[in-house]
Amino acid sequence: MKNPIAVRVDDLTVAYNYKPVLWDIDLEIPEGVLMAIVGPNGAGKSTLIKSILGIIKPIAGSITIFDKPYKKQRKHVAYVPQKGSVDWDFPTTAQDVVLMGTYGDLGWIKRPGAKEKKQALEALEKVGMLSFKNRQISQLSGGQQQRIFLARALVQNASIYFMDEPFQGVDASTEIAIINILKELRKSGKTVVVVHHDLQTVPEYFDWVTFLNVKKIATGPVKDIFNDDNLTKTYGINYKVAINK
Amino acid sequence: MSTPQIEIQLIAVVVAIACAIPGVFLVLRKMALISDAISHSILPGIVLGFLITHDLNSPLLILFAAIFGVITVVLVEAIQKTGLVKEDTAIGLVFPVLFSIGVLLIAKNANDVHLDIDAVLLGELAFAPFDRLLIGDQDFGTKSLWVMGTILISTCILLFMFFKELKVSTFDAGLSSALGFSPIVLHYGLMSVSSITVVGAFDAVGAILVVALMIAPAAAAYLLTSNLKKMMILSILFGIISALGGYWLAHFLDASISGSITTILGILFLIVYLTAPKKGLISVLIMHRQQKKEVMLLTFMLHLNNHTETTERHINHLNEHINWHKINSKKILDLALKNNLILINNEIVSLTDKGQEFTNLAIDYIVTNTDEKIEHMKDDFFLFRG
Repeated sequence: MKNPIAVRVDDLTVAYNYKPVLWDIDLEIPEGVLMAIVGPNGAGKSTLIKSILGIIKPIAGSITIFDKPYKKQRKHVAYVPQKGSVDWDFPTTAQDVVLMGTYGDLGWIKRPGAKEKKQALEALEKVGMLSFKNRQISQLSGGQQQRIFLARALVQNASIYFMDEPFQGVDASTEIAIINILKELRKSGKTVVVVHHDLQTVPEYFDWVTFLNVKKIATGPVKDIFNDDNLTKTYGINYKVAINK
Repeated sequence: MSTPQIEIQLIAVVVAIACAIPGVFLVLRKMALISDAISHSILPGIVLGFLITHDLNSPLLILFAAIFGVITVVLVEAIQKTGLVKEDTAIGLVFPVLFSIGVLLIAKNANDVHLDIDAVLLGELAFAPFDRLLIGDQDFGTKSLWVMGTILISTCILLFMFFKELKVSTFDAGLSSALGFSPIVLHYGLMSVSSITVVGAFDAVGAILVVALMIAPAAAAYLLTSNLKKMMILSILFGIISALGGYWLAHFLDASISGSITTILGILFLIVYLTAPKKGLISVLIMHRQQKKEVMLLTFMLHLNNHTETTERHINHLNEHINWHKINSKKILDLALKNNLILINNEIVSLTDKGQEFTNLAIDYIVTNTDEKIEHMKDDFFLFRG
């Protein structure tokens, strides 16, 4: 493989109440790819990301980011959780949420200052949300909330971005805006890993794909492995998808 | 005012502030009931501490009680994790058991001392000035104030140091964990602070009313602001108002101070609930009325947009056609005129340029359900604020 490995997952098994959600996963994510993780509901896609980020403790296996454990590489990793995972009625503004992305660099106790606020504003501008900086987050549309989450990840200025269904419940224009930013990230050498649902858009948006259904079905370049055979193995039914050339 | 009066008010204010601070995070974490549980289940800790030290103001009491507070949280979470019962059930299972152990311990061992159930439930704020901190012959004021003051100052220091961490872990535990701020550590930190505060406050306001001091100010503040810092400040303010107001209410009614404080808290919350500018009941009712009006306006404008022929756009015809009551029709016409959306010429209504643009955008919004284009309309129209 020409690129160095950004994320390496070895023999990962995760279980909830002793029922495996991920079973013996081996996965290598090369640096600089824009990867989709696809699979049916309950396939463990979110769990895989959360395990890599140390949010969930696996019962077996090891994970490294650029050959070191996650704890040592935190600053190189940004995370966009599912939009539904937070309470949008929380008393805070768009800018404040983006500012949270700088907390990791600051570490404990230290507070964000002028420099961090400027970074947050820049990130807001990049996602086209600058004019909403002072808006309470519950007053934003679903697409705008997702952009805020993306801006928060951008402000982390990481090397690897993990995103859990960033296109969920967003309108077409936001989807395009988000994918353009993701492609830009890849262009500047970043690695982007996205839990994705819409199989139609996989060939258009991504250059790398992982099929997951509790076990890893396949991983590799979209042009090589995004085919009926793998889709059928992953989803259990003959999945007819229009693959755009 | 006599010195004891000032001392009582001072204690009440310090207790109120110390409770309001962790209360904000408990409310935001939807853990209000946990404070109720803690306030009851620390009792065995207090009794155990008392049995060992025979001193109601010993720091050991606070330590023991705080440990029981944390045990409560651990037990509730452990029961909840089994998946057999929900969180509220788990809370309902844990704290009565711990509380009753405390009650039994008092009955069997501490009957002859000042640690009776009444005091535990309702507190004895009025007697606080009698219990003084004496070093040699020197009187350093009431013990209660020293205890609560220390707790308040520690809480403030912790809040100041870990505000950012508490904020991010409350809003988004996943991100907090990924950034390296362990949500578990912060969770138990908050629970420990809450427990210690409850123990300290417990002496003054009792196990039941301390819950009101934690939850009511935060709940009221939540309705008034969308900024965490302001919410914190408002909570503290509400705490202070109710502490002082409650003291004087009790003074004039010759009634329990803690009961009066809680009554004031309830009234404060009610007033805020009714009159809060955005989330209050009255505003919400007004907003619904306004939205209804705007839907009618939009219907009317779509009608104008669909019909170019003058017969369809005559004022009287509109009345019959859209089938609205005359008063309603007039209201809508006035609203449209006021906003420069229509023109009336010889009783024939037509859309202005602004009206046409508004209608086009509205149609677009209804059809595509994407709201980027109508952003600027949100300021003028409730309808589009979702």
